[in-house]
Amino acid sequence: MVEERINNAEKTNRQTLPRWVVGLVFAVLIGFLVLIGLGLRRTQEGPIVIGQKVPYFELKTFDGEVYHTQQMQGKVIVVNFWASWCKPCEQEAFELEEAWQFYKPRGDVVFLGVDYVDTEPEAKAFIQQFGLTYPNGPDLRTRISQMFRIQGVPETYIIDREGRLAFVKKGPFLSVTEIRGAVDPLLP
Amino acid sequence: MIGKTGLLRRLAWLVVLTGILIAVAVEPVSAQQPTPSDDDVNRVAKQMYCPVCENIPLDVCPTQACAQWRELIRLKLSEGLTDEEIRQYFAEQYGDRVLDVPPARGLNWLVYVLPPLFIAGGVWIVARVFRSMVKPSAENAGASLETTPTPSVAEDPYVAKIEEELRRREREGG
Repeated sequence: MVEERINNAEKTNRQTLPRWVVGLVFAVLIGFLVLIGLGLRRTQEGPIVIGQKVPYFELKTFDGEVYHTQQMQGKVIVVNFWASWCKPCEQEAFELEEAWQFYKPRGDVVFLGVDYVDTEPEAKAFIQQFGLTYPNGPDLRTRISQMFRIQGVPETYIIDREGRLAFVKKGPFLSVTEIRGAVDPLLP
Repeated sequence: MIGKTGLLRRLAWLVVLTGILIAVAVEPVSAQQPTPSDDDVNRVAKQMYCPVCENIPLDVCPTQACAQWRELIRLKLSEGLTDEEIRQYFAEQYGDRVLDVPPARGLNWLVYVLPPLFIAGGVWIVARVFRSMVKPSAENAGASLETTPTPSVAEDPYVAKIEEELRRREREGG
């Protein structure tokens, strides 16, 4: 009799939640943890390292032309991040244009100027001021800069003909010779 | 022969026609919005953050990039864009991270949905725990009022066994 009463009391104390509620709570928690984990993994991912394949990306220029790196396979791609508000970017602007003029006739080197968090009127004024003729466009939603995990501007990434990152320059190029020193070894 | 009055009338008609032609030929100018004040610009800028220098609202950010952005806000306001349209423009250009509040789309929905869900779940669990704490005591109170006697110490077989064992030891010891 007493045992029965004790068992009944225990049963009332251990009121369990419906199974579907427990399952749902666990599913939500696990989903949440997975999301946090993915987010953390993404944050912990370092920048693209030299020798690593660079994911394809697309740049829409200020003129409205679209350049896709997938269509540039077999070419050396010089990706330069800049901004009109960045003083060191002005230092290397002429050198980059000069280097572009040097490589342009070859056809196997492409220069892409990626304008980082900038305003269009000022960016266009910058392009005009330094007479940049290679494709330049805004980094819409900062997708490209996030992919390269740039730390500031100017930064330049050179992708070899196999689509792997071959050279990284943080800060401005000081001369055309320096740019050629980075590009020439990647050419046949 | 054209009289003096007729000449004047023709001249008047010529002036009127010229006026009409000028009015038609000149391209209509759209109504210019008044230049937005700094307060207007800052009202919008306050809702955004500088992506170059982290965690600094755009309205107080001292960098040249932010100054350019504020001018862009002024330009967009003068073009007649609403605050929300300007926010949208900046998000499209520079990403959602420039906004003070993440837009409710995609995975961002979780930010809005999960906290209320967790709070509601927590409240429900706490309520259940409290109820389970209250119920047994009430049941115990009811049980104590019941007439069913609990076994007395003398009737407890375990106590009886201990008593017997003690007596046996006393006998053996004595």
